[in-house]
Amino acid sequence: MAQIVGCVNTSHVPSIGKALAHGLQQDPYWSPFFDGFPPIHRWLEEVKPDVAVVFYNDHGLNFFLDKMPTFAIGAGQQYVNGDEGWGQPDYPPFAGDEELSWQLINHLVDHDFDMTICQDMMVDHAFALPLKLLFPGQPACPIATVPISLNTVLYPFPSARRCAMLGRNVGDAIRAWDSDKRVLIVGTGGLSHQLEGERAGHLNPEFDRKFMDSLLNEDPSWIEQFSSEDIIEAVGTAGLEIIMWVAARNALRGPVREVHRNYHIPISNTAAGTQALAPA
Amino acid sequence: MKREIPGTYILSGKNARQGYALNRMCFSFNDAANREAFTRDQKSYCERYGLTEAQTRAILDRDLIGLQRLGGNIYYLGKYAGLLGLDVQDWGAMQTGMSKAEFTAMLFASAA
Repeated sequence: MAQIVGCVNTSHVPSIGKALAHGLQQDPYWSPFFDGFPPIHRWLEEVKPDVAVVFYNDHGLNFFLDKMPTFAIGAGQQYVNGDEGWGQPDYPPFAGDEELSWQLINHLVDHDFDMTICQDMMVDHAFALPLKLLFPGQPACPIATVPISLNTVLYPFPSARRCAMLGRNVGDAIRAWDSDKRVLIVGTGGLSHQLEGERAGHLNPEFDRKFMDSLLNEDPSWIEQFSSEDIIEAVGTAGLEIIMWVAARNALRGPVREVHRNYHIPISNTAAGTQALAPA
Repeated sequence: MKREIPGTYILSGKNARQGYALNRMCFSFNDAANREAFTRDQKSYCERYGLTEAQTRAILDRDLIGLQRLGGNIYYLGKYAGLLGLDVQDWGAMQTGMSKAEFTAMLFASAA
């Protein structure tokens, strides 16, 4: 059966793409963020994943308001990072793993998660940049991928509780997959930030840290007591992206250990967090 | 939304209905040819997408808060703001009434 090697959650601010393109990893502004990755790179070299399941939120690229799925999953041969309004990134396409996509789709729908199934979907910076951060220095992502997009654009949003359930079911589907593949779970977004309104610039390191701590518990359900409104109030509108972290963490079962954690304010307008977890 | 959060603009049903044409126009900026067409003649481009007069005025005035009050959402307005050459600290400054330096300083101060 397939094995989940662990999960990595990280922020996905667009300007990280610019920093990567210009080689600013050691720039004083950027290094407190990029320095969070080498320990995770060493761990990934040890656990050698073959494929990544990536929970992220689409920022008005593949999905518009004409059709907005709460949960969508890719079932493509490959995924292209399209033009999000500031030019076409020059990343090569990300390879898909259609067998895993359909394993997940069949299991999820069978367990009452009515996913929107996308045989063709574009991915955006929220999918691409974390993979760039995890596998630097190579033009193409060296492992296959399955994107799962969660709606954080059009209210009402899926609750943290529901995203945790989705994550648990994704984990079960992988563990039930008749394959010798090693699977990495990735959650992207957050931590606290808000770009819009008079409250733009809102950050909440206390809540962010409490949240990261809670994911270390064998029972990581602390966040599930909060509604979407509660989470937005605490960590900002875009901070709601922590639901990707919730889904990713819940794919792991049993006790976990923290491989590495990094937290830095600010990257752009965002409290940038990175946390890698492995089965204990 | 079950409750309002001051200074925060969520794309709830009410805003989504009011802002559909505006958000659809901003979504079109994913295409480089559309970005050029908008830049050439902003007013005509707004008309083509059926924006209201107030929405068109707010686009021409770069009134980010006004656009959000008229149903625009940041996920789409971000493409418009990017097209104007504004980064997210510029947006922050414009919406909070701070200078860009003050806004950026506030972010750094939040780390403490």
